[in-house]
Amino acid sequence: MIQNAWLIPVFPLIAFIILLFLGNTLKEKSSYVGITAMALSFILSVIVLFERIGGETYSFTVNWITFGDSTITMGYEVTPLNAIMLIVVTLVSLLVHIFSREYMHEDKRINVFYSYLGLFSFSMLGLVLAPNVLQLFIFWELVGLCSFLLVGFWYFKPEAAAAAKKAFLTTRIGDVGLLIGIILLFNATGSFEYAEVFAHVEAGLVNDTMITIIAIAIFLGAVGKSAQFPLHVWLPDAMEGPTPVSALIHAATMVAAGVYLVGVMYPLFVASSTAMTIVAYVGAITAFFAGSIALVNTDIKRILAYSTVSQLGFMILALGTGGYVAGLFHLTTHAFFKALLFLGAGSVIFALHHRQDIRKMGGLWSRMRITSITFMIGALAIAGVPPLAGFWSKEGILAAVWEGGDIFLFILAVITAFMTAFYMFRLFFTAFTGEFRGDHEPHGENKKWMTIPLVVLAVFAIAAGFVNTPFGFWLEDFLLQGLTLGAQAHGELWLAGLSIVIALGGIGLAYFMYGKKGTVPATDTSNVSGVHKLLLNKYYIDELYQAVFVRPTVAIGKFFWEVDKGVVDGIVNFIGRATRSSGRTFAKRHDGQLQTYGLVTIIGGLAVIALAFVVRGYFG
Amino acid sequence: MVPIELVLALGAILFCIGLYGVLTRRHLVIVLVCIELMLNSVNINLVAFSSIGPFANITGQVFTLFVITLAAAEAAVGLAILIALYRNRESIDAIKQDLLRW
Repeated sequence: MIQNAWLIPVFPLIAFIILLFLGNTLKEKSSYVGITAMALSFILSVIVLFERIGGETYSFTVNWITFGDSTITMGYEVTPLNAIMLIVVTLVSLLVHIFSREYMHEDKRINVFYSYLGLFSFSMLGLVLAPNVLQLFIFWELVGLCSFLLVGFWYFKPEAAAAAKKAFLTTRIGDVGLLIGIILLFNATGSFEYAEVFAHVEAGLVNDTMITIIAIAIFLGAVGKSAQFPLHVWLPDAMEGPTPVSALIHAATMVAAGVYLVGVMYPLFVASSTAMTIVAYVGAITAFFAGSIALVNTDIKRILAYSTVSQLGFMILALGTGGYVAGLFHLTTHAFFKALLFLGAGSVIFALHHRQDIRKMGGLWSRMRITSITFMIGALAIAGVPPLAGFWSKEGILAAVWEGGDIFLFILAVITAFMTAFYMFRLFFTAFTGEFRGDHEPHGENKKWMTIPLVVLAVFAIAAGFVNTPFGFWLEDFLLQGLTLGAQAHGELWLAGLSIVIALGGIGLAYFMYGKKGTVPATDTSNVSGVHKLLLNKYYIDELYQAVFVRPTVAIGKFFWEVDKGVVDGIVNFIGRATRSSGRTFAKRHDGQLQTYGLVTIIGGLAVIALAFVVRGYFG
Repeated sequence: MVPIELVLALGAILFCIGLYGVLTRRHLVIVLVCIELMLNSVNINLVAFSSIGPFANITGQVFTLFVITLAAAEAAVGLAILIALYRNRESIDAIKQDLLRW
């Protein structure tokens, strides 16, 4: 079946095409088309993964374009890394498809929603299966497009339209970097194929500066897609999209594509220590910075969004410090528990009639039991409480950072881990315990369409970590097949102890601040000051970009618009007006009087004759 | 022998009278008559050149016959048009025939 891996992205594509043409007649039944397609993809992915575990890397390519000595190919390959990614993407996508059936069922455009989901799943799976950078780039842009469409799904809300635009433009900056990197890479190695590129790099045929430049340019793409500092600003705003979309695209899959990109191009990054340092620092700064903003936010989805940015920073940090397995392991586990948290948040938001402020929640534990329990499992997993998935992967990252030897990065990572536990449980205690503070009583637990995906994800959030524990590094052995990366860092016992202490410390602090007394984050934030105010305003990054990039760009645009309107349009309009008014003037002379015409004709004829005489001198 | 200049002057005068009539008279029958006048001025030229021109020959007179035939046909068609016009618009005043203006 591994030869048929290409079918995995094809199923959602078929669903997309069907919904494109029949969506309007299928309406709510569209969901069945999407769910069936994803289920088939998921089953096939599972088969492919097992075949890959027992077999070899399979790759299939056909020549696409040949010019000179170079040939561009297209095809697909199944490596350990993308076999795992296939499972993550298809599983989360399948569960989101199921979840959305209930979440979106009141929306008139549910068929459009499912067709977008199908297109997205196709693009993401295509990205994962791509055997060369060029093909990856094509699908990379496609997922960006789908993200734009889905963030702006409720385009009639001005915030959603603005957020979609912002997401598209911000990631575009990174994409330009990626494209430059790909072009430079082709220039330096003469190939887009991963294997050939790495062979070139390892043979030392590319000079070090070039490798560094290429790696940084490619990393720029990852920075944009994975919402790393300083291009992180789009992800929190992207929460204007429907919540299942946030779970699928902005938590589990597309934003992870950046991390996946770094993972796929890892041999290139390893070849440049400068690039690795930059990657590590960007990751660490993002992790810390986004985590700190999440500490004070009060919108349930935005807290999760900042948490996602922070966790993605963690993965990037791990990759930057040599923790290849740790970073990708965290990518996998994070996909499950973050999708769980987002779908849980979606369940809450759905029950509360689209209210997202955690200060207006509270007491949901007794009202929505399944959502609460699964959400708590997700929160425990992300906080890093053993034996849940997040504990193993986060501990792996801390070990990698510790082995990396930069104590500053390690301290940042530890603080971030602490903040993660704190803000997740601040959210949990505020929203799920205490008294209900909203104005609309929730309608109780949601239907099975919504709770079953939560339960499935909760199982994965608990169990996904066991594939790579000190008792058995199966994932590591699997992922490192065919790679020569050297030993991966494994934490010692004190590190495990430290991460447990951090996690429990963060949870404990949150309990004492919000859980025990039932305190709610203050509604009135006008008199806060200092660090708190800085965090509430997200470090003023949006304002800074607004002032430095957006306003000047808009001003330049306005200027040229005025030039266009005044000068260019002016000339065109003048010519038009002149023609029209002269036409009108001369039209008046066409009074239909035969004799006037005759007179004018004769005068004209005489004038011509007179001119001929004057010119030829017959009168002189 | 009458000098050719005088004959040509007569033709020119007749032509101008005809032209003046065509351009100024409002009654379309008069306009038609004036056109006949212009045609006849041309005939005078043709006949003059045919008998006393530098290369006198019969061609001019033959042409005159053609012009007379044509004038007769033209008068018939023109009068028919005027009658049709009058039936339709109850007027053959030149100034009122302005259907083709802007």
